Amino acid sequence: MSQPEQPPVADDSGRQAPVVELAGIEQIYGKGEMRVHALRGIDLTVASGEQVAIMGPSGSGKSTMMNLIGCLDVPTSGRYRLDGLEVGDLGEAELARVRNRRIGFVFQSFNLIARMSALANVELPLVYGGIARRERRERALAALESVGLAERGGHQPHQLSGGQQQRVAVARALVTEPALLLADEPTGNLDAESTEDVLRLFEHLGELGRTIVLITHEAEVGARADRLVTLADGVIVEDRPRTRGDDSADLDDTVEFPQYAPVRQGEGR
Amino acid sequence: MNPSDVLASSLRGVTANPLRSILTMLGVLIGVAAVIVLTAVGNGSAQSVNDAISTLGSSTLTVRSSSGGMGPGQSGQDASSDLTTETAAGLSDMELGHVDLIVPEVSTTATVTADSLSSDDVSVIGTSADYFEVGDVDLSSGSAFDASAEEQSQKVVVIGSTLASDLFSSGSAVGQTIGIDGTSYTVSGVMSQQDSSGQDDPNSSIIAPISRVQASLTGLGSVDSLTVLASDSDSVIAAEGELEIGLNQLLGIDDEDDETYSIVNQSELLETQQETAQTFTVLLAAVAGISLLVGGIGVTNIMLVTVTERTREIGIRKALGAARPAILMQFLVEAALLTLAGGILGVLLAIVVTRFEISGTQPVIVAASIPIALGISVAIGIFFGVYPAWRAASMRPIEALRSS
Repeated sequence: MSQPEQPPVADDSGRQAPVVELAGIEQIYGKGEMRVHALRGIDLTVASGEQVAIMGPSGSGKSTMMNLIGCLDVPTSGRYRLDGLEVGDLGEAELARVRNRRIGFVFQSFNLIARMSALANVELPLVYGGIARRERRERALAALESVGLAERGGHQPHQLSGGQQQRVAVARALVTEPALLLADEPTGNLDAESTEDVLRLFEHLGELGRTIVLITHEAEVGARADRLVTLADGVIVEDRPRTRGDDSADLDDTVEFPQYAPVRQGEGR
Repeated sequence: MNPSDVLASSLRGVTANPLRSILTMLGVLIGVAAVIVLTAVGNGSAQSVNDAISTLGSSTLTVRSSSGGMGPGQSGQDASSDLTTETAAGLSDMELGHVDLIVPEVSTTATVTADSLSSDDVSVIGTSADYFEVGDVDLSSGSAFDASAEEQSQKVVVIGSTLASDLFSSGSAVGQTIGIDGTSYTVSGVMSQQDSSGQDDPNSSIIAPISRVQASLTGLGSVDSLTVLASDSDSVIAAEGELEIGLNQLLGIDDEDDETYSIVNQSELLETQQETAQTFTVLLAAVAGISLLVGGIGVTNIMLVTVTERTREIGIRKALGAARPAILMQFLVEAALLTLAGGILGVLLAIVVTRFEISGTQPVIVAASIPIALGISVAIGIFFGVYPAWRAASMRPIEALRSS
């Protein structure tokens, strides 16, 4: 666990460059009557090693944030630095490279490619990164081992439970050693038990110093992060570090008694 | 992304939906097989014409009477022909320098009987004993008639192998008696099986001394044609000139326009036939090419469906850092694999089909057509796969990920 007492925003001055730096981000979709102002001036800095949860009701701009931070989309205006790199001016090919090298994605619906073994799925970012076959294999195996699925490398996604699929997806996100792990509702399709597994994994990664941005609408998931950013209507309405109260109240109930939740295998598709 | 990775992901795509892949391949398969088979048929018929030229001898000329005209009733019975056995004898007496042999021919059809069997419309050729030498005709049993048989108008015949087995299924035909329009003849020999690429099947015909056929069937005097053997293939043109002079002299013709005969160079005739066959082949190949085009459009169609179906996968790959070229290559190679597989199967099918005779021709595969067909099938995959692959490559990752 990193130090929850210390407000992370305050202490990033003396450390290395922040991983995420959003300044005055606006995102507008469509034209005329169809115009949607999805983000209205976002300023957000995520320091290296920080675990941030972004919460908010649907329509608050969470997904737009996720797409921007993940370099899947570029903002209408404002500046975005990822790991010290100005992203706003990059072309499509360069954005693809940034996604490949600096970001690891974890999606709600796992998004493993069907009919490809878990190992091949984990290798995929390295394939696009141009890594040699042997090194790819070794790194992918190591990543699978780090999520506790080394022996499931040969399984295809449909042969794995939802929780296992999501752990494979986490391994895939980590295999390139990205600056940022970006998770979009990673437990949205999982039962309570698997949710707990995946959240523990994220906590473990946080302890190892990974920078994680997690987008969620589940309060108990958001509450476990170091820092909770709440969006509403395209603006940040709250940005606070986790408190002791969060730790004991909301969380531990869920963690200690997961059996009350209906247990079923959350197959993604 | 190295080539083997591209190949692996494309192969995965092809095998994802085997039935669909096979159906798509089928279009290319049929096109490729059609192109190879049809060029093989054309090639085969050209080769059989070549063989005919070499068996017939490129040194033969045929003199035909043209006074009888091309109209109806130009059969041997018409006395209108200016060519007669005397003309043939006269030409022989001239001892033309480039001419070796002159063989007169009359032909007709007759009803042939043997024991209780009978056969209508059998082709009967009356000719001299030299016929067998000029036409390079071999006998499988018995012997041909000789010059004396011709002089004495003997009632002897040499018959084709098919006719022999039709009439005398039980045993040898040699020495047996057959009736031709009521007159009895003795079979002296049976010809060996011959190539039947010509218009008349020599295996079902009867060869008899010309004097006998004229006396009994066609009437004395006129003959249908003279087959002339030049001394060698280089002297055909010279022989043609000598024949013209000799014939004009014998028939009393002064002006070239009044000539009542025509001289046909056999190899020229066959070359014309060969050219016709080649034109026909090109035409057939073009039709087969259209079926390849249709197959290619099928590839575009299926690849568009595939790209749409795999939108999400494309989104995932793009999120993981696949750039446009990587996605483009994946789908291009997938299309090329489909058509290459179709092409290979098409070649195999063509090899099987060309083992059989097609409308009387034994096809001979043009060796170059196989690599060309395979190359074209890959090119078709790439050409017709470009648009779907481009569509896949230019998808926006957010939208692609959003699709279900």
